[in-house]
Amino acid sequence: MIEVRDLVVSYGTATALEHVSLDVAKGEMVALLGPNGAGKSTLANTLAGLLRPASGTVGVGGRLALIPEGRQLFPDLSVADNLVLGGWRSGERDPSFVYELLPRLAEVARRPARVLSGGEQQMVAFGRAMMSRPSVLVVDELSLGLAPRVITDLAGHLAALNRSQGLTVLLIEQNARLAFELCGRAYVLESGRVVAEGDCADLADDPKVAGAYLGGAIT
Amino acid sequence: MSAFLTYLLNGLAVGCAIALIASGLVVIHRVTGVVNFAQGTFAVVAGLCTSSLLGLGFPHGASEVAAVLAATVAGLLTGLAAIGKPGVTPLSALIVTLGVGVLAYAVEIVLWGDQPRSAPGLAGAVTVAGARVQTQYLLVIGVTALTFVALALFFGRTYLGKALTACASNPYAARVVGIDTRRMGLLAFALGGLLGGIAGVLVTPLRPISFDTDVTLIVNGFAAAVFGALTRPVITLAGALLLGVAETMAAGYGYGSHQLEIALGLMLIVMIVQAGRRTTISEEPA
Repeated sequence: MIEVRDLVVSYGTATALEHVSLDVAKGEMVALLGPNGAGKSTLANTLAGLLRPASGTVGVGGRLALIPEGRQLFPDLSVADNLVLGGWRSGERDPSFVYELLPRLAEVARRPARVLSGGEQQMVAFGRAMMSRPSVLVVDELSLGLAPRVITDLAGHLAALNRSQGLTVLLIEQNARLAFELCGRAYVLESGRVVAEGDCADLADDPKVAGAYLGGAIT
Repeated sequence: MSAFLTYLLNGLAVGCAIALIASGLVVIHRVTGVVNFAQGTFAVVAGLCTSSLLGLGFPHGASEVAAVLAATVAGLLTGLAAIGKPGVTPLSALIVTLGVGVLAYAVEIVLWGDQPRSAPGLAGAVTVAGARVQTQYLLVIGVTALTFVALALFFGRTYLGKALTACASNPYAARVVGIDTRRMGLLAFALGGLLGGIAGVLVTPLRPISFDTDVTLIVNGFAAAVFGALTRPVITLAGALLLGVAETMAAGYGYGSHQLEIALGLMLIVMIVQAGRRTTISEEPA
């Protein structure tokens, strides 16, 4: 569903991704871990077609939706308008299925997005992405700055959509604990290169990965 | 008192024309980040087209609509020149719009010569509460009001209008959901051309238009747009009306030759005040 081969992306003279290869199969949930500045968001933006690769290939089967880092809503528009604009590519203009999934959004539908709490804003970003009726969802930092209860909630929705609709998910996270809980496989990106990949269980046992991303807690 | 009322209504009409120019500037700036210095040109193109078409014997209505369409095309072409190439910064695009304005001078002189041209508008005058007002002034006010209502409905109610607002609100997010921000920018330029064109068609019967009238129009329009920080349509409208009334009052009470200076002076004051305010904001501790 996602097939990245030997991808190089640069900003001017600075190289953000160096020969990255990555696969996500249909219906799979895969995590991408890495510290700040590793190139995770660059990869997300390249997958979404917003950045052009310097070399290498990016293949995506089906429609891809991105939940960008920092939510990136339209602050002046209402929640309903934010959702409806999410349907720009799909032609979906009726957000009622999103309201069924996230009833809280129906209550705040007429409010401008900027007045919502962080958790509500992330729900809008999630709902807006779902409005494009994607078969692949790239989530850039689902948990950043959110309360644990909200994270559990959103993670639950993500897992449920993956199970019930076979939604393919690439979860970009700094919260490795959450990523390992949700995903079967993971890649670790550092300084623009994939430094580790494999089953989450194996990665959690890898002392280097555990030390860097799980605070060395899992042994 | 009746003189005052006449000046007030005339001033409002002048302000309306300024508001149309200014709203074009605001629409383009919001969506693309570009200050379009060719905005006055659109009005000139429309004014000169109306005068020619009416002169050729085409009827009222059709001539004005065709002239506004010509201005819309001029807007689109300006947009193509300014932001047609991907990756152009707003500052370079601004320089391109200045260039388009100068190029337009040459084209206009070739097509229409360098003498001012006028066009007949609505003839006659009416008496409003004891004040005599030319009907054309009332037409300007009415058409502007309708245009602003249509703009509000377009941006507030239609999907395309919301997509334009989305580009203004968060261009990156607009691209994330799949909106082609460059194409939306071109649409904004066309809309700017349309608004400038309406202003030109309305103003030409009141004051003759020549190729270089765009300077007066853009200075006034820019002053009003700066009043609304180039982003806020309602404050821009208020600023334009204020400017129009101030200028007409000044002219009416004997300072007619200083109209442009009044616009420039007000613009400078507003810019200094806003620059001061912006510095205060940026100096606040994070």
